[in-house]
Amino acid sequence: MPVNNQNSDKQWVIGGIFIVLVLIFLIRLFYIQVWDNAYQLTAESNSQRHVTQYPARGLILDRNGKVLVQNQAAYDLMVVPKQVQEFDTLEFCKMLSITNKELKEKLKKAKLYSWYKPSIFLKQVSFEDYATFQEHLFRFPGFFVQTRTLRDYPMPTATHLLGYVGEVSEKQIENNSYYNLGDYIGISGIEKTYEQELRGTKGNKIFLVDVHNRIKGEFRDGDFDIMAIPGYNITTTIDAELQLFGEQLMEYKIGSIVAIEPSTGEILALISAPSYNPAMLVGRARSLNYSHLQNDSLKPLFNRALTAQYPPGSIFKIINGLIGLQGQFINWHTHFTCDKSLVGCHNHPTNDNIEKAIQFSCNPYFFQTYKKIIQQGKDNNRFIDSRYGLTYWRNYVLEFGLGKKLKSDLPNISSGSIPDTTFYDKWYGKERWAFSNIASNSIGQGEVMVVPIQMANLVAIIANKGYYITPHVVKKVGEKTNANPEFLTIHPTSIDTKWFETVQNAMYAVVNEAHGTAGRARIDSIAVCGKTGTVQNPHGEDHSVFIAFAPKDNPQIAIAVYVENSGFGGTWAAPIASLMIEKYINGEISEYNTKYKQQRILDYKPLYVEPSK
Amino acid sequence: MLNRASSFWARLDWITVGVYFLLVFLGWLNIYAAVYDQDHQNIFDISQKYGMQLLWIGASVILIIMIFLVDSRFYAAFPYPIYALVLILLLLVLAFGKEVNGAKSWIDLGLIRLQPAEFAKLSTALALAKFTSTYNFKLLKFRNLLIVGAIMFTPSLLILLQNDTGSALVYSSLILVLYREGLPGWVLVLLAFIVILFILTLLHGVGTVAFIILGLMLLYYYFNARDFRTSLIAFGILLIAYSIPYAFNYFEWFSIPTNLLIIVPFVFASIIFVYFAYRKNINRIYSIVGITLLSLMFILTVDYGFNNVLIQHQRDRINNLLGIEFDPLGAGYNVNQSLIAIGSGGFSGKGYLQGTQTKYDFVPEQSTDFIFCTVGEEWGFLGTSSILLLFTFLLIRILIIAERQKSSFTRIYAYGVASIFFFHLIINVGMTIGLAPVIGIPLPFFSYGGSSLWAFTILLFILLRLDVSRDQLLN
Ligand SMILES: [Zn+2]
Repeated sequence: MPVNNQNSDKQWVIGGIFIVLVLIFLIRLFYIQVWDNAYQLTAESNSQRHVTQYPARGLILDRNGKVLVQNQAAYDLMVVPKQVQEFDTLEFCKMLSITNKELKEKLKKAKLYSWYKPSIFLKQVSFEDYATFQEHLFRFPGFFVQTRTLRDYPMPTATHLLGYVGEVSEKQIENNSYYNLGDYIGISGIEKTYEQELRGTKGNKIFLVDVHNRIKGEFRDGDFDIMAIPGYNITTTIDAELQLFGEQLMEYKIGSIVAIEPSTGEILALISAPSYNPAMLVGRARSLNYSHLQNDSLKPLFNRALTAQYPPGSIFKIINGLIGLQGQFINWHTHFTCDKSLVGCHNHPTNDNIEKAIQFSCNPYFFQTYKKIIQQGKDNNRFIDSRYGLTYWRNYVLEFGLGKKLKSDLPNISSGSIPDTTFYDKWYGKERWAFSNIASNSIGQGEVMVVPIQMANLVAIIANKGYYITPHVVKKVGEKTNANPEFLTIHPTSIDTKWFETVQNAMYAVVNEAHGTAGRARIDSIAVCGKTGTVQNPHGEDHSVFIAFAPKDNPQIAIAVYVENSGFGGTWAAPIASLMIEKYINGEISEYNTKYKQQRILDYKPLYVEPSK
Repeated sequence: MLNRASSFWARLDWITVGVYFLLVFLGWLNIYAAVYDQDHQNIFDISQKYGMQLLWIGASVILIIMIFLVDSRFYAAFPYPIYALVLILLLLVLAFGKEVNGAKSWIDLGLIRLQPAEFAKLSTALALAKFTSTYNFKLLKFRNLLIVGAIMFTPSLLILLQNDTGSALVYSSLILVLYREGLPGWVLVLLAFIVILFILTLLHGVGTVAFIILGLMLLYYYFNARDFRTSLIAFGILLIAYSIPYAFNYFEWFSIPTNLLIIVPFVFASIIFVYFAYRKNINRIYSIVGITLLSLMFILTVDYGFNNVLIQHQRDRINNLLGIEFDPLGAGYNVNQSLIAIGSGGFSGKGYLQGTQTKYDFVPEQSTDFIFCTVGEEWGFLGTSSILLLFTFLLIRILIIAERQKSSFTRIYAYGVASIFFFHLIINVGMTIGLAPVIGIPLPFFSYGGSSLWAFTILLFILLRLDVSRDQLLN
């Protein structure tokens, strides 16, 4: 008798548990394998075909519901190597216009990928080839056609904003199990940022097919199918008419335009020139066109509005003026003589007050103002004093959305830069720099760098008298308003409203008074406020810059215009901005302005090259 | 010497050895089928999984010989050092392990990769047997229960930390061993009840489960009072108590929190029960009401904890475990594909190497966790039932071996072996036919992989080695 062996009855219970559970399993197996013959296929037609159901990618619309991006059908010829039988290769090749060698290579490639999984044999067969082939499909077991969608652009506009889609890379497949070889994914612009929302969710449909590859019906009445969920439509904040108009104005020029609705931060137009037709990056010609664009010396793929960094030029005087006023280094009545020994200036009436100084864009005036901000006399040592002043000044500047990436919904935005003490320490050495070394920041020609979208945002701040909402490009996802809290948050500056009113008055004068620098921006029916800028360019002629908002009392549009290498801001950038404002607010350009202002802009074609014969 | 050797072979349980080799052979055939393709047909091709598996099988034979060469007393003497060694390996794996499929459970030794979790089952079964077989051992002493719990769940916890939930759950099967060694039956029933309540609550919601509990309470009443009329009345009142608040919500007269919908009728029904039961002098009224109320609190806690305390990724994991999550490429998808594959096999299967569903794509992990799909598709019901019966035969055989031991060490170890095999069989096959959550543990001898094959081989053959000395006292 074994020791310590009570409970030996329990062996029956344990054995019983084993047997009962196995019995339940046997019954279940009998049910799914024998009783329920839905799982079984008839003896000959023992093959199922899994067809991925590609959801329609969401459309992209403008703010008024105009379609910017839609879908067009494309047909991919698929192959399952295991199911391929002998077939008439000659006819096959003729039908699809491929060579016998290509056929062999493609089949080999498919086999290498998988014997049992369908893979793409021929991409984007034309509709005509598809129609012929479809009729003869039954003679080519193992082949079938899968419908996909490609992007289609009813209005060839806003290329940079919309971005494009392309095939997923192997790395993306590795990182995200959703994607398979040959799937499409957004690569730039809205297509990239809103990929999740636009793409929808793939489905899977199981068909029964016979040995001749003919579909015999659905498997289990579709119980095991997974429906594809279409992607959401995206409503952008873009005004397509305005966008298109701006693109026309920028033809044969280099530069960018950004227009924002100040009260909401919605981007109305975002133009980067030169551009290209979005349809170039769709379909089989894509890779050829892409390398073409990539090698173009004018960089049409480059979105200047978001990534080109320029010194801000005279426009930056506004910010220095505002900081000076807020910090009580100057007041409305402050007068500085236009002392050209400090820094060069042009001839203009006297600066009776800050408003006049902005209107005349007086360099020495802001040199003095900036000096007061940087050297506040907090320390007897002017090097230490300047460190304090620079940090003081920089904190204000950052509030204007400068020197940092705007948290917009557009990919690859540059941050620009606002120099800090570390920056100058590296350059000159610690405590070896003071106001005199950084004085050119006073007129926007120093180490400060901004991006066009930041400039447009700056105008929005002025129009709003002191705050901004991060500029963004998507209004609605599906039927839902874009709920990103960033686009509902007010970012205030700590400068009093009244000082913004001063700036607005000055900007009004710039456009509308006799001695303003931007008479070309005047529109009879609209109160436009603006400021010119000319950005010195070490590589060639200066860049022409203009910022504006309108109407003065109830601003609906804030705009920044850059035209590279075209000299003074008032000459080209100002009239372009005024045309954009007129187009947006009035819906059309007056006859007079069409004839003179618009025509003058269209005739200015610095990039135009005579076509060679 | 000659005599001892011949008696070794005479006393070896050849039936189990035979079943083992049969299972290993069948397992290899199915791995070959699962990864078969026309371009690689050589069975010794070690670039393919079947080639590698053949290598693992060869190594297993060497392992078996080594196990037989060691004296039985060794296994009885050293469970604790072995247990400690494996714990250290588990800790090492946590610190330096290699991550595969989200679980950090591999030690990379260059030539081979080992999965210590597989061997922890063996060391735990040995240690448990050693501790529980001490002379005059009383399981139900608090201190002993505590130590037994620690032996069982320390490796389990470490494996859980490796993110390998499936392997961690295996240890719960050792409850069967404790049951055999003195744990009262009601503990088993209670644990089963709690697990079922837990799963049902998450699968079907609080309302349904509460209704079931009340139904059980009424059944108890009926079987004890033998009074059909009052039972029917009680059931009717219960239904009405249930439907009134639902009606309020349904017609939107005013909205009631869902939990109140359950608690109110529950309390109401309990009062009726107590009233009737008191009149009928039913046994244990108060404990029954107490148990139902405790169950209610339990399911409400589970529901609340799941929805409010856990964070999303923990919820996802439990959902995945139960196969609830609707994710086309997640657990549900796998089970559908697996059902299609097995179901399409029919009565006699499509024939060896003729399966189309299990190859390459439709069924994931077709050579490891879902190998049973290949059996189902190619061999049909004949194949699946044969394999299940073969495993059942092995399990029963282990129980017979267990009960013929003189030393309780071997007996307890044998029950450990049987429990572990049983758990693997039920969970692995269960998940392929939609009866168990998808928690990814291998089917013994069938799933591809060296660590798992070796671990099961060692587990079984140490038992056979101990069984040769079944008339000795080994403690
Ligand atoms: Zn001046």
